[in-house]
Order: sequence, then structure tokens, then C-alpha cells
Amino acid sequence: MFTIFGIPGPLLFGQLLLGLINGAFYAMLSLGLAVIFGLLNIINFAHGALFMMGAFVAWMLLNYAGIGYWWALLLAPLIVGAFGLVLERTLISRLYKLDHLYGLLLTFGLALVIEGLFRNEYGSSGMPYQIPSALQGATNLGFMFLPNYRGWVVVAALVVCIATWLLIEKTKLGAMLRAATENAPLVQAFGVNVPRMVTLTYAGGVALAALAGVLAAPIYSVNPNMGSSFINTVFAVVVIGGMGSIIGSVITGFGLGVIEGLTKVFYPEASATVVFVVMAIVLLTRPAGLFGKAA
Amino acid sequence: MRDIQPSRRQILGGALAAAGLAGSAARAARPVLRIGVLGDQSGPYRDLAGLGALACARQAVAEFGAGSFDVEIVTADHQNKPDVGAAIARQWFDRDGVDMVTDLTNSAVALAVAQVARAKNKVALATATGTTELTGRQCSANSLHWSYDVYMLARSTALQVVKSGGRSWYFVAADYVFGRQLQGEAAATVAASGGTVLGTSFYPFPGTSDFSSFLLAGQSSGADVIGFANAGADLVNGLKQAHEFGLSRRVRLAALSGFISDIDAVGLEVAQGLNLTSSFYWDLNERTRALSARVRPAMPRQAPPTMAQAGTYSGTLHYLKTVAAMGLPAARDGAATVAQMKATPCDDDAFGSFRVRADGRVLVPAYLFRVKSPAESRGPWDYYTKLATTPPDEAAPPLGRGCVLVKE
Repeated sequence: MFTIFGIPGPLLFGQLLLGLINGAFYAMLSLGLAVIFGLLNIINFAHGALFMMGAFVAWMLLNYAGIGYWWALLLAPLIVGAFGLVLERTLISRLYKLDHLYGLLLTFGLALVIEGLFRNEYGSSGMPYQIPSALQGATNLGFMFLPNYRGWVVVAALVVCIATWLLIEKTKLGAMLRAATENAPLVQAFGVNVPRMVTLTYAGGVALAALAGVLAAPIYSVNPNMGSSFINTVFAVVVIGGMGSIIGSVITGFGLGVIEGLTKVFYPEASATVVFVVMAIVLLTRPAGLFGKAA
Repeated sequence: MRDIQPSRRQILGGALAAAGLAGSAARAARPVLRIGVLGDQSGPYRDLAGLGALACARQAVAEFGAGSFDVEIVTADHQNKPDVGAAIARQWFDRDGVDMVTDLTNSAVALAVAQVARAKNKVALATATGTTELTGRQCSANSLHWSYDVYMLARSTALQVVKSGGRSWYFVAADYVFGRQLQGEAAATVAASGGTVLGTSFYPFPGTSDFSSFLLAGQSSGADVIGFANAGADLVNGLKQAHEFGLSRRVRLAALSGFISDIDAVGLEVAQGLNLTSSFYWDLNERTRALSARVRPAMPRQAPPTMAQAGTYSGTLHYLKTVAAMGLPAARDGAATVAQMKATPCDDDAFGSFRVRADGRVLVPAYLFRVKSPAESRGPWDYYTKLATTPPDEAAPPLGRGCVLVKE
């Protein structure tokens, strides 16, 4: 067996692949955050809580209504997206004219309230959620056994990321959205209902978080705190990628997943810190982030 | 002269005050003993102790019945912050007339509150605490340690698994005091009983949710056993991912600190075959079943008690019996009460007959369990099969370890 820096090759390849899989979650979560920040200028601290809600809605659909994983993939983002819609209309829309800080405080407070309510109802140790039968088992890649479900997560995340990017960068709807963030009164003058578009954008970003939540439910503990362990890393991803840059957050998400995965092989104690070390270096050399436009 | 003549208002006030005194005198005829249940009611340890521990303390009070005094329970959430826990305990002791604090989930909080109890000469019963420091260098004449500690959990699991053929180990451990202590005790036990430790991944805590890298590292080390030196959601995530990668078919999995609430969270399909240690299981014998049946209606989600919650019941009951035997005025002296609790043999439905050692450690047996498969389980909460028993004296850490209460 060959080794690289004293680590057996198969183990290293395995870790690279695992890093990519974790990166898929980072990419999907930071994608939603980047869309919301890029188009609405809201720093959505409730993102982790909404991710958790996605996983919980999948669990509820299964346990209260007997609706399985595949339908949950569609329904949970719709349900949580509708919740996001209500949040945006009733609370967040009131803050657009104020400083970023107010949006940050409001969404942070919302995250605490949502997580607290779930904790009160379901406790903190979590709920079981099985991998759907079609994706159980593993495939032998030669250097490792890849659980089929993880392979599916990477594919699904890539499809969602590319679709979102195409929607915003290449379609007429996306062009209007981007125009509305540049100059809302002008777009409104063309007869576009900007407030509605903004509401739907927020709901869309929230739905992305919920979709990531459903994808995460079979592999992570479905518990009220599951979002908070992701959210710090995901914010770092968005900052490194360049606030609001969609392509930046996707590439950075996958990239940081891989860097973190490699750190777990060579020096596991630092695997949580490495993301922030990268962030510090990027901010020192490129203050707007890797793909951000300088303000 | 006018100065000493009481006005009408003064007379009225005096009469009211006298009435108030009479009222409190009537109340004073039945003195009150106050017990504080101080735990994590909103954080990661909520389900293993939390409101369930409160329900168990109430159960102990109900079973104790009417003595020559009334018993009141107060409760608070320490939010896993030692300073918050110590401040609440101080306020309870100083202002609210609390004589005993129990639960004390989270080792850091337990150590802080034990200090306060010693300073105020009250009683601290740690029933959901891992650290062995409470009965070691930081032991005190005012505190007792119930239920379990990391020594018992790590040693019983490691010893019994090595005995039954799991000779080489790889640890996945949380990188903080608790994880390092668990890993250290287990590794020492493995080595002492003829096994080998092939490696350990210390992962950052908190903030790690993907354990597959460490699990694969463990698998490629060729170990017979992967030992989880962590707790709660980390353990649940680790088990879920071990199952996902098919590890549970190739290596044995051992949880060095697992509660039945964790097994419920992860589900039998995933947790089956896992080895773990507990000093209490609701289906252990006739008495534990009876206790669980009594307390479950009041428990969150009607769950049976965990060993931490059973410990809260047991500790509270033994405390109340001791106070009744001493008489309430004498029992206001915390150190005297604790000394009396150590001198009196205990007997209850949670742990059967047992006693408390000089350093404050309660001596109960440790049971190694294997988690059942979904096919073996006959219904909700039927999760464990007993594999082995470690006798009380071996399950507790060696006496001494810097504790000033133990005469060398």
C-alpha cells in the first residue's frame, strides 16, 4: 500500500471524498445565505434554525403523516419556505431601511426562539430518521466504501447549486432580481412587483436551507441544535467566498469541506479551527472575499 | 409625654404585625425543608436529567410522605454555566432557605456548586455528574456523588469488552476534559487488561458534526473496537454515521458514556449491538420496573428514568430519610447530615441496597449492556440486554486520590 506523508493512500482519498460531501452541505447552506444577503442585504442568522426545521419537518411528515423521504424532499422546503414567507412579511421586511445590524439581531433572536420552541417540544437528544431504503448500502470504490446516501447528497447538492446559479445569473427572472437589488425604484417603474419578488427570494433561500436539512436528517442527529453547529462554519464560507457571491459560496463550500477533511487526517484537533484560519488569511489579502466585488 | 403615647395608627399597625407573627407562628409549627433541583433544562443534557430529574425528585418526596416537616422543591436551569449555577445555589442557600441541591448535571457546574455548599455548610448531591474530582482532590464533607462517574463508565465498558474478545481499540474522543478523562480511563483499563490502543482521534468540541473521517481512520487502523469517548448529540451522530458506513458489521462499537435517552434518539436499527455501561436500567429487576411504572406518568414523554434521573430519586429519598432520622433542626447542619448519610445504609427501588463511601462516592454496581436489535425488542424502551456486572467496589474509583476525607 502506498502512503502520502505517512498516511495510507486509500485513507487519504477516503477523507478527500468525505470532505467533498461535507462541502456539499456547506455549499447548499451558504448558497441560501448568499442569495439572501446578495439580494436582500439581510444577514440571516436564522439560517441554521431553518435548516434544523427542514430536518424536523421531514421527521414530522414521516411520523405524523407517514410521508417518506422522497416526498419530504419536496414538501419540507415548501412548508419551511412558507414559514420563511410569513417571517419576511411580518418581521424582516420592516428592517430593510435600517442598518444591517438590526436584521442580524432580529434573525439571531428568531433562531433562539425557534430552537427553544423545538427543544421544549422534542428535547435535546434528537429524533431517529432512517436512510431511505433505495439509498441504503454502500459502493466499493476500491479505496473506500462509499455509502450510497452520501454519493446522492453530493449529486443532489451539485444539481441544486448549479440550478440556483443558472436561475439567478442566466434567466430573465434572475436578471430582474439582480436589477431590483441594484435599483428597486427603477425596476418598480417597469411594473415589477419588487416587494413580492423580495419576499419570494427570502422564501427561496429559506427553502434551500430546509432542503439541506432534509438531506442531512438521515446522517446527522435530528435535534434542535443541529443548525448551530453548522452556522458558524457556513458564515465563514460566505465571508471567504465574498458576501453575496453565489458562485463564490458554492466553490468555497466545497473547497473548505476538502480542507477540513484533510485537516481531520493530519491534525484532527484543528479541524474546526482551520476554516477560520483560512478566513483570516483571505480577509487579510482580499478583504472582499475570493469572489466578492470590492465595495 | 405625647411621644410615648401610641397613636391610633401605631396601634393598628402593631395589631396587624401581631396578627402576622401569629400567622407565621402557625406556619412555623410545620417547618419546611427545601430541596433545589439544579440542572440543564434547555441544553444538551436536558433529556438525560433535566425535567425528568425534577419529576424523580418529586417522586422521592411523594414516597417519603408526611414527616414532621413539609418538603418543598425549587428548581432552576443552570444553562451549563458554572457561574450561573453557583449564583443560583448561593441565592437558594442564603435567601430562599434551601438546604440541599441535587441533579448538578455538568461536571464544571457540580464542582462550583459543591464549593458553595461547603462554604454555606449545606448539602450538594451530584446525581448527574461525570467527574471523579468530586470524590478526589475536590471532595468535601458537604457533597456526595451518586449514580455514576467517568471512571465507572469507562472502566466497566473497557474491561468487559476486552474480556469478551475486543482486544484492540481505537478511540474517537471529544477534545475537552470530559472526553480526555473518559478516553484516559478507558485506555488505561484496556492496557491493564491485556488489550492494545491503536490510536485516538481527538476531535474539536463543540462544533463537530461529521465523524466519518475519524470512524474511517479507526476502521483502517484494524481495531476490533471503536470506543466513543463523548456524549449526547456527538455520540448520536457518531453512531448514525458508523451505521451508515457499515462499521457496525465489521467492528464492535462501545459507548463510554451513553444514556438510554441517546439510544432512543438514535433508534435501535442504528444502535443495535452497541456496548455501554449504566448503573440503572428500568427493566433490570422487579424493583426498577416498579419505580419506573410509578414515575413515568410524570416524566417528559413518559420516558423511563435514565441512571442520572434514578440517582436524583435515590439521593433525594436517602437525604429525606436521613433528615427525618436526625430531626430537622439538627439536619440544618449540612456536614452533619452528609456524615449521617454516609453512616446509614441505603435501600431503594433504583439501586437496591447500597452504601456511601467515606469520600462521598455512592457504591452501586455497574452493568454492561448490549443494545437490542429491532427484532429482539418487545416494545418501546425495551432496549438493553445485560452482559456483565461489575461489583460496586470495583466500579468506583480507588479510594483516596487526594481526597482529604480519606485517612491514608
